[in-house]
Amino acid sequence: MYAQMIKTARSGVKTREEMNDQEREFQDKIDNDIKIEPRDWMPDDYRRTLIRQIGQHAHSEVVGQLPEGNWITRAPTLERKAILLAKVQDEAGHGLYLYSAAETLGESRDELVRLLHEGRMKYSSIFNYPTLNWADIGAVGWLVDGAAIVNQVALQRTSYGPYSRAMIRICKEESFHARQGYHAIMKMAFGTPEQKKQAQDAVNRLWFPAIMMFGPTDADSTNSDQSMAWKIKVKSNDELRQQFVDQTVPQIEYLGLDLPDPNIKWNEERGHYDFSDPNWDEFFNVIKGNGPCNVDRMKDRVNAWEDGQWVRDGLLAHARKKAAAKVAAE
Amino acid sequence: MAVDKDKLLQFLLRQGDNTLILGHRVSEWCGHSPILEEDIALANTALDLIGQTQMWLGYAAEVQGEGKSADDLAFLRDAWDFRNVLLTELPNGDFGQTLLRQFLFDAFQSVLMGRLMKSSDETVAAIAAKASKEVAYHVERSADTVVGLGDGTEESHNRMQAALEYLWPYVGEMFESDDIDAAMAEAGIAPDPAGLREEYDALVGKVLTEATLDIPAAKYAHKGGRTGYMHTEHLGHLLATMQWLQRAYPGCEW
Ligand SMILES: [Fe+2]
Ligand SMILES: [Fe+2]
Ligand SMILES: [Fe+2]
Repeated sequence: MYAQMIKTARSGVKTREEMNDQEREFQDKIDNDIKIEPRDWMPDDYRRTLIRQIGQHAHSEVVGQLPEGNWITRAPTLERKAILLAKVQDEAGHGLYLYSAAETLGESRDELVRLLHEGRMKYSSIFNYPTLNWADIGAVGWLVDGAAIVNQVALQRTSYGPYSRAMIRICKEESFHARQGYHAIMKMAFGTPEQKKQAQDAVNRLWFPAIMMFGPTDADSTNSDQSMAWKIKVKSNDELRQQFVDQTVPQIEYLGLDLPDPNIKWNEERGHYDFSDPNWDEFFNVIKGNGPCNVDRMKDRVNAWEDGQWVRDGLLAHARKKAAAKVAAE
Repeated sequence: MAVDKDKLLQFLLRQGDNTLILGHRVSEWCGHSPILEEDIALANTALDLIGQTQMWLGYAAEVQGEGKSADDLAFLRDAWDFRNVLLTELPNGDFGQTLLRQFLFDAFQSVLMGRLMKSSDETVAAIAAKASKEVAYHVERSADTVVGLGDGTEESHNRMQAALEYLWPYVGEMFESDDIDAAMAEAGIAPDPAGLREEYDALVGKVLTEATLDIPAAKYAHKGGRTGYMHTEHLGHLLATMQWLQRAYPGCEW
């Protein structure tokens, strides 16, 4: 998802007998769906896992500006340009909001950004794929924000209060993005043959990266048990992926586009669509930094940060002078 | 009194092209600004400018009466038909240059929109009323940033002073007047820009002084944008990017 393969900061779930009183009380709250708040006691590993997950989610929102920003200057109409600007502005706002949620756990935004720039934190694999034609922008809103919503609706029930509330707020905007994205690709799919070709190309390229967003299969998802017990994670990767596929296949059909995977078939018995696994080697390669855009994305972010150093320094210096002048005047 | 339709059209293109071209430039920053809050603020500024463009060019298309849309005007005219002042098409440079360009333009807009709200043309007055709220916010923000960077560190001060040396010769064009402006003034649609200079200089002078920046002494002003006689080389590249989809796939709905 926007947070993939989050290593839970310990191995193995403790049984009730292994827990001390504090841990037992904490687990009881979680089992009774009582939210954990910043001032509450929490296990260090719970805190560390959450910081990683929320931090990665925040980084994804920020890096996610880049593939969409790639088309802002080429948007084909004033309205499309305005919609895309508004969306990207929302995504940056989500980043800000999530960094604040991480701050309630005692981790500063500057520190998280530093870890990202040093390659020690990640962002969602999806943003390491390029946006190559205008239909990609519709597809990103529809498929990428759509996949994010599936995950984030589940996370509205997550145990940490500030994260849960962030998800509720963010989901409203993501739903709007997904609808606008679908509307944009609909124009392409129902447009001229050349436009339809772009729409098909976008779906073909982005389908597997989108379903990879949910992370590896449950069998390969080594860190899930503790996160599930703590309700940092609420549904399994495969459950969420299936839910996304089930809701998306009819939408592709409605567009009149070919399905991007020949094995997509309704399975009467399961009551779900069957589909092919994405290429997991590719997924792990992207996670390791070998995706088509990893290097460029990080270079963009690091350069923006370094080129902006004089601006941050200048504004800070001015604020200090002003504060000093104010003190002197008192 | 009835105003010459072609002159009104030219006036509206000047308004809409200014916001279109500057909005486009600002949107180039997406995801690359010095801090997340600025990414949000720049996207918001660009969004406001594009929104104003939709209103100005929408009205321009209506006045033109050839069945065209705001999009046709934005995406299907060539450089010589654009009527924006040169200032708006200049490259972004560093963040300081972008914000200083923004301030120099915002200050002009804040003076102009105040007058246009009282335009004898109801549509012009309504667009200005809506835009003026956004402009008031933009000028406050860009002025704050210019002051902060001008009066920040030695490096930020030097960069801002260099940006001012580069941009200042493009300020004068905003106050040029010609027969189009005379006709607008006569019809009570818009003030003669030359008459706005004093108020502008007072506002800009105050902010730049606070920013500890020196206004260049040279009085020379580059011009040619608002008449379309001679744009900079930069505009063609901007249009090549902005108009590409509409040019490559004509007649589509997007
Ligand atoms: Fe988002
Ligand atoms: Fe979104
Ligand atoms: Fe706004």
